[in-house]
Formats: sequence, C-alpha cells, structure tokens
Amino acid sequence: MMRLALRLLRRDWRSGELRVLLAALLIAVTCVTAVAFFTDRIGQALGRQAGELLGADLRLLADHPLPPAWRTRAETLGLRHAEFRAFRSMVMAGEGARLAEIKAAGPGYPLRGQLRTASAPFAATRIRTGPPPRGAVWVEPLLLQQLGLEVGDRVEVGDVTLRIAAVLRYEPDRSGAMFSIAPRLLMNLADLPASGLEQEGSRMQYTLLLAGESDAVAHFRSAIMNRLGAGERMEGVRDARPEVRNALQRAQQFLGLAAVVGVVLACVAIAMAARRFARRHLDTCAVLRCLGARQGQINRLFLWQMSTLGLLAGLLGSLLGFAAQGVLVTLLGPLFMVSLPPASLLPVLMGMAVALGGLLGFALPPVIQLKSVPTLRVLRRELGGLRPASAGSYLLGLLILATLIGWQAGDGPLALAMIAGITVTALVLWLGAALLVRLLRRLPRRGQVAWRFGLANLSRRPGASVAQVMAFGLGLMVLLLLGVVHDDLLDAWAGRLPVDAPNRFVINIQPGQLADVQAFFRDTGLPEATFYPMVRARLKGINDKPVGPGDYRDEHAQSLVEREFNLSWTTRRQVDNAITAGQWWALDATGNAIDVAQFSVEEGIARTLGIALGDRLTYDIAGQRVTATVTSLRSVQWDSFRANFFVLSPPGLLQDYPASYITSFFLAPQHVAQMDALIKRFPNLTVIDVSALMNQIRSIIERVVLAVKYVFLFTLAAGLTVLYAAIQSSLDERLRENAVLRALGARRSRLWQSLASEFVTLGALAGLLAAALASVLGYVLATQVLELEYTVNFWLWLLGPVGGGLGVGLAGLLGTRRVVSSPPLVVLRQG
Amino acid sequence: MLQSLNEVVLKVEGLGKDVPSLAGESDGWLTILGDIDLDILAAESVAITGPSGSGKSTLLGLLAGLDDPSRGRVLLDGVDLSALGEDDRASLRAEKLGFVFQSFQLLPMLTALENVMLPLELAGRNDARHRAADVLVWVGLGERLQHTPLQLSGGEQQRVAIARAFAVGPSLLLADEPTGNLDSHTGERVIQLLFDLNREQATTLVLVTHDRELAARCDRVLSLHDGRLVCTA
Ligand SMILES: Nc1ncnc2c1ncn2[C@@H]1O[C@H](COP(=O)(O)OP(=O)(O)OP(=O)(O)O)[C@@H](O)[C@H]1O
Ligand SMILES: [Mg+2]
Repeated sequence: MMRLALRLLRRDWRSGELRVLLAALLIAVTCVTAVAFFTDRIGQALGRQAGELLGADLRLLADHPLPPAWRTRAETLGLRHAEFRAFRSMVMAGEGARLAEIKAAGPGYPLRGQLRTASAPFAATRIRTGPPPRGAVWVEPLLLQQLGLEVGDRVEVGDVTLRIAAVLRYEPDRSGAMFSIAPRLLMNLADLPASGLEQEGSRMQYTLLLAGESDAVAHFRSAIMNRLGAGERMEGVRDARPEVRNALQRAQQFLGLAAVVGVVLACVAIAMAARRFARRHLDTCAVLRCLGARQGQINRLFLWQMSTLGLLAGLLGSLLGFAAQGVLVTLLGPLFMVSLPPASLLPVLMGMAVALGGLLGFALPPVIQLKSVPTLRVLRRELGGLRPASAGSYLLGLLILATLIGWQAGDGPLALAMIAGITVTALVLWLGAALLVRLLRRLPRRGQVAWRFGLANLSRRPGASVAQVMAFGLGLMVLLLLGVVHDDLLDAWAGRLPVDAPNRFVINIQPGQLADVQAFFRDTGLPEATFYPMVRARLKGINDKPVGPGDYRDEHAQSLVEREFNLSWTTRRQVDNAITAGQWWALDATGNAIDVAQFSVEEGIARTLGIALGDRLTYDIAGQRVTATVTSLRSVQWDSFRANFFVLSPPGLLQDYPASYITSFFLAPQHVAQMDALIKRFPNLTVIDVSALMNQIRSIIERVVLAVKYVFLFTLAAGLTVLYAAIQSSLDERLRENAVLRALGARRSRLWQSLASEFVTLGALAGLLAAALASVLGYVLATQVLELEYTVNFWLWLLGPVGGGLGVGLAGLLGTRRVVSSPPLVVLRQG
Repeated sequence: MLQSLNEVVLKVEGLGKDVPSLAGESDGWLTILGDIDLDILAAESVAITGPSGSGKSTLLGLLAGLDDPSRGRVLLDGVDLSALGEDDRASLRAEKLGFVFQSFQLLPMLTALENVMLPLELAGRNDARHRAADVLVWVGLGERLQHTPLQLSGGEQQRVAIARAFAVGPSLLLADEPTGNLDSHTGERVIQLLFDLNREQATTLVLVTHDRELAARCDRVLSLHDGRLVCTA
C-alpha cells in the first residue's frame, strides 16, 4: 500500500495541486521555524549561559551602597564575591566630552564568564581574568570613535585621568543596543573615589556578585530573599536579566503572531489545494472501489501520501526556516545581546508539528471523503462529488490554529485578542468581499464580450471569488500597512516635534553649582533655559496605607514603587502640562503657594498606581517622610522633550531635601563645542544628547519594523499561494471552458482579455478593501495608540486598487497561461 | 448545385500525427495517424468509420484545426490551416465550421440557451438570443432553454451540442459520433436533423460513426485502420 501511495504521489506531482500543497506547507513551516530558531537562540543564550549573563551565580542590586551584612553573610557561607558600580557620566578627552556608561569593577569581576579585550578595534581578542588595573580603563570602540581617541590615549572621568589600555570587545553581562544609550567604559573600582563622581543625587547602581557551591548559593538566596529593602533586588540564574527576558518575550509574541498570519493564509491554501486534490481523485477512488479496494485501504493510501508530504515539508521547511532566521539574527540579534549560541533542534519539532497539524486540520477533511465515493460514479460522473466545505469540517483545523496562536502569544488575553482580531478582520474582509462581488453581479452586462465573460466568471463562482478577494485583501492590507501607513505614522511622529525642540538634557547639576552653570549659559550665548530641581523619593504610602511592589500586579507599577523617582517643585505650571482634574495651587501676593502640602500628579502614573484626586501620598526622601495631598492631576506632553515630572509640589515642601537640577534646551549646531567646555568646567554634569538617542530609538524601530516586514514577506508568499491555489481550483474548469470556446472560434486575445478582466477586477476589489482596512487600522493606531493626528494617505487609495489590479492580474494571467496556450484537442481529450 | 458539388471544401494532403508515448519505450513517439490524403466536396456527406482507437477523433480534430498535425496539411476552402496562427484558425472556425464533440463538451454552468448563444456571441451577432432559441426549438428542445446540461438527458445534451454547432449556420459540420450515446429512436431524430441541414442549407457533413446504417446514408464512407485510410466506398 505504501509503495502504491508513493507511486501515485510521484505521478500526481505533475498535476500541480500537490505542488501548491507542498508550497503552502513549506511557507507555514518556514515562517514559524524562522521565528522559532531565532527566539530559541536568544532563549538559549539566556538559559544556558545565564551564569555568564550575570557574571555570577547570583547578583544583588541596590540603588544605594551595599549593606555590609550581605558580604559578611557570603563570606560565612564560603561564597566568592565581587562588586561593581554602574552609572552614566560624561568622559572627556582634550576638548571633547561624551556620555559613557561607566562600570567601576572591583577585584574578581566577573565571577562567571570572561572579559575580552583587543589592542585595537578590529585586532585579535585576548581573554582577561579581572577588571583593568588601577589607572587604566577599557572602552568600547564607539567611544574611541566619538572622542577621536586611540588605545594609549588618556580620558578624564570626573576628576581623575585614566589611560585607555585596551578596547573592550566582550563583556559577559552587557546587554544589547536596546538597553544601552552610550558606550561602555570599564574602570577599576579603586579609581572611583578619586573621580569624585560618587556623590549625593548621582544615580549609581551598586551590584554585588556571588558565586560558589550551588547549595551555598541557594542558602544565601533564601536567607536574604525576604530581607531585601527598598531599592534592592536579587537576580539568580533563572531570573537573570529580566529586561532582556521581557524584550525577548515581546519579540517572540510579535514575530510569532506575525508568522501566524502567514500560517493562517497557508492553511487556506492547503484547504483549497487539498479540495482540488480530492476532487481529482474521486474517479480514481471510484475505480479502486470497483476493483475491490476497502475503505480502510483507501484511507491508508492517502494517509501515507499525506504523512510523506508532511514529513518532507517539515524537514525542508525547517531547513529553509533555519536559513531565514539568519536575517532575523542580523536585524534583531544585536538589540538583545552581543553574541548568540547556535540554534538547537527544537524548532524542527515545531516545524513538523506545524506541517502535520496543517495537513491534519485542513487537507484531511476533503481527502477523508474519498473513501466513501460511490462506485456508481464510474458510470455516472455527476454522482458522489465532494461535500461542500463547511466550518464544521475544519473545526479541528481551527482548533489547531487557535492552539498555535495560544502558543505563540504565550499568554491568554493576547491570544484571545489575536484570535478576535483575525476573526474580525476575516469577517470584515468576508463581508466586504461578499458585498463587492454581489454588486458586481448587479452590474449591467454591457460592453465587450470578453469583458462581460470575465465578470460573469467572477459572479458565477461567487464562493471562490469571495475567498480570493479575502486572501488578496489581507495580503495587500499588510503590504499597505507596512509600506505606506507605517511611513506616514513615523513622519507624523517626527513632524510633530518643532525644529527647535530641546535636543540636550543636562542633569546632575548640584545646588552649589546652579548659579555658576546659569552664568555659564548666559556668558556663552547658550539659549535661556529653565533649571528644575529634582528630589529623589520613593512612594511609601497612599492615604496612610503602606504600599510596596507586592500591592501591584502590573510590572510597570511594581517597578515604579520599587524605584526611586524624581519629584520637583515649581510655582507655575509648564506650558506643555494641562490640568485634567482638580486645581493648580493658588499663590499669594509674594508668589508663594498658600498651602505647600500639595502634590500635582501626572494622570498616567496616577492611573497606574491607583492614585486619585484628594489622596494623601507619603514619600520617603533620604530617610525622611513627606506627606501631602493630591490637589490636581496633569496631562503631560512627554515627547516635547522638555524636562517634566510625574509629581510636583509647590516650593517649600521639598526645598530642604537634597536636590540636583536638570535642564533641557535646544543646542544649535554652532554651539556644540560649548557643551565640551561646560563639561570641562563642571565635570560632574551629564549631558544627554536627545537627538542621538532619538536616532538610536528610530534605528531600533526601523530594525524591528524591518524584521516584521521580513516575517510578513512569508505572509505575502502565503497570499500568493492562496491566489495560485484559487486559480488552480478553477483551472480544470477553465481549461475545458476555454478549449470549447476556442473550438467554437474564440480568438486567444479574447480569452486573454476575459481572463485579464476577471483577475484585474478581483485584484482591484481586493485592493479597495485593503486600502479601506489599512486606513481604518492606521487611523486607530494613530489616534488610539500613538495619539497622533492622522490624515489618510491618498496614495493608499490609489496604490491599493491599482497595485492590486496589476499585481493580481499579472499573477492570474501567469497562473492560467496554460488555459490559453494548450491545444484545444489535447484539453478536450482529457474530458 | 452541380457546380458547388465539384468544389473541394476540405483538402487533406499527407496528413500525419505522432504523439509522445509514456516513458519506457526507447523511441518515445507513436504514430496514430499516417499519410492521409483526402478531398471532401461542398455539400457532400461523408462518414468516417473504423475500429476504436483507429484515429477517427484525431483526424476530425485535425480537420477542424483543433490541434497541429505532425506532417502534411489541411486546406479549408483552399486555406492551409497549419499556415495560420491559432487565432486565425479560431476565426475561421467561428465563421465556417461547426463541431459536435463525442462527449458533447457543453459548459456545465451555462443553460442550454446560453451554451448555444456562445458561438453566436463570439461571432458578434446581435440576435444571438433569438437565433439560439430558434435553433433549440428546431432540435426539439424549446421547452428546455433554461436548463443546465446536468439537468438534461444524454440525448438532450447531444441535441444541444448539435444546436450549438448549427447555430451560426456553418458551411462545414464535423460531428464525432453524434448518435453514439443515443437510443435508436432519438438517434434517428438526430440523424434526420443532420441530413435536413445537409439538404436545406447545403452544409457539408463529416461524421464519425460506428453506426452502419448512418454510414450507409452518407454519400461516401471512409474507413480508418491503425491511423490509415484503407478504402473509400
Ligand atoms: N494526445 C495523445 N496522447 C497519446 N495517445 C493519443 C493522443 N491522442 C490520441 N491518442 C491515441 O491515438 C489513438 C487514436 O485515438 P482516437 O481518439 O483518434 O481514436 P478513435 O478512432 O476516435 O477511437 P474511438 O472510436 O474509441 O473514439 C488512440 O490509441 C489514442 O490512445
Ligand atoms: Mg473517438
């Protein structure tokens, strides 16, 4: 039976529907495995080398100096330990100054994994067993480039001058581009005091690294776990690098779901091709039954064929997927991590599952009917056709798809949203397509014969026409969204910023320096800038009830409560703030607030933390408690790039606490050198180049969008396969029809015209629908998610129908060229 | 009448057809029709007989220019079909030629009326609907205009196919076993229709048939054997 199955499979290969089936399966497997291979590699990097990712077996992070008890505890347990401090600061060389992410590491760092350095940016690397010696730093190549330096030159870090001893090429616990805003400078912890950078108000992260026997580590972990104070955090091997994990999960969801769209379309193609396959095998099966084949035998025959096909597609598709993930790694890999391990074989299993699932769910329903074809069909061909396709018969397939979506989404609500989204899109597409096809039928039948015939063909197969309009509509919509709407949104976003929007932030200005810095601004002709005080505080209670991270489910809320954030004071409301509830503080004649115990809270954070007007908030500022009432909520236009604060108070409430100042302003290109002078004069200040940051964000977005586009390329291929399958499903009929027409004397040009009018109309309708959907989605995205003004692009309405008409028309003609080119007698012989 | 009788409508010279045979044989080509020479005169009725597989349908198809011969040529009203392009042949068919297929080849999703209208529409005739209805009445299907082929019996389908071939008033009608699937009574009616046409409109008839009686009623009987004409009676 297996031999017969394979022989028939080989014979059937020529007829085309198997090729469509295989192509659809391949696309489904390829796009799922490409994403799976990629996420697998990052997942593995997170998993297997977690120790390396931490530079330790366990690490403790704090936003204040490490409690000595930790170290003592580690020592009594026989654990090795090391520490480092991380912060951002300007580094200077000659006249230049640039922001760097500085890590000052003590002896023993890293405890797990190794540092690698080189003597020049592209020279061979060398393994290092500890941090640079005193007086030396290792820096990432970008910093050398930015400051125009070479190995051997000197840089100033705060008050201390250090020698660049090597280029830092690999740092085990360093994240990818998504998590860093400046190049790394690695120095010895012993040099930190001399730099004078460790002062009140500077944001420094203190980290203790631990390594040793796993029992001892576990012991330490459980001993310290519940005694972590505010601003303290522990990361073990399993929960290492939550930020990368989160980003990975989001990437996995995003790309995985994009791949699912391709799979859904591929399944449509599978279903269509399988139906044609079954229809063409009805006669074969009737004859086999006449010759005495039992139903079980026929079933086995096709099961053999299908599983061979599935296996082939699973393996081949996984191979293609493996090749395809290379592109994703190039695009997205650097955003996550510096280097990635090779992929595992797990995605191949996933590919197999997708191939077999697709066949089981969408190819089997029509094929399984073959066993029950009546033998009488041998005599009367109109007997025993396929039962019409129904949602019920594809229930299993829909379940399989839902499972896949659930799997890719990795969380229930998102999966449900995705399923709902796909269902609604499918429904809207279906309604739109059905409506358009129906309108087409109403169209008066005038004009040329060929034209009429083409249109008549469309309305004569309404089911197939609707399915095709839907498939093309979806494909075109994705194209329009990524091609036109995406650019519009980016432009709208960029265009909203005035040209002179602030592009530099200066932070860390100490109260004692404020007057001097302001004078510097005046004297050097820098624009007049407002300096805002900043007081670091941690939220401790709402309405006298204590709050902690455990009180919130939302991760963002948790980190907001855990972290210290900045409060500020002011008398006047900033122009880009608007009061949404309550009232701004009243001032007396001298310009001071009548009541100083007030807070004004940004509405977004109020929502996240569950703060309402009239609530009493208690903050911990440098160990002291400050309580005041929320008297107003504000909306803030964050992307104005002006300094803004979540929580404000009138002057007087916070003035006695340690503060630092921040300002933002527009730095004209001719003033760039003045920033270097500023840093030279006040080495503790940090200048953040927002435009560079914006460029970085933009380039990250571009990469992500490119990756999504790339995945949607598979969707497009799947859409084309649906087109091809749809064309094929009517190919037999068309072949015969056109052979008869030619026998009756129709010229070929006329047949071409009729085919063209059919496919062009089909594509134009789909394009129309796609333009409408893309406009709606673009509008919703712009106004609801991104809060941008959005005007529907006129090109959408031109590109959609015209592009759709031309593209589908061309593809359709290519797919049916056999209809016109094969001699009529040959076709008619095949009956 | 005499004058037109002498006029050669179809001239066949050294006609041959080879087809590729399925893998296995070294040569790979099979001759299914070889060296046919034949003249068919205007208003003549000719029967082609022969055992199954002798190449009758192939010959008829070549006469209608539905496929290209491997050798030789077919001249229709003095025009060499193989020298014409596909489209010119199609035009020629639309203008002069009616063809009744062995297996009818009606389009299943069109009604009987629409099927018959097809060649008329293709020829650009404005009275397509009217004329098609007339022809269908003439073949006795006046009551079944709006039925699709699947709703019709084999004999009725056969008559629709003949009506479709007649509709444009062709000067040459090629019919492949027009009575093959019919009972003797219906077969008799169909034959009657054909010969009426032959007589009334001076249409040249070329019929492929196994039916000796039908063959006997033709002016001439050609016999095919293994792709060759063996005798003409
Ligand atoms: N395209 C083709 N490929 C292979 N063989 C062909 C092809 N066309 C015709 N034949 C073969 O040529 C021979 C003649 O076929 P044809 O249909 O002309 O016979 P026929 O005389 O009409 O037979 P019947 O009386 O059974 O209809 C047959 O053996 C047929 O199998
Ligand atoms: Mg025949």
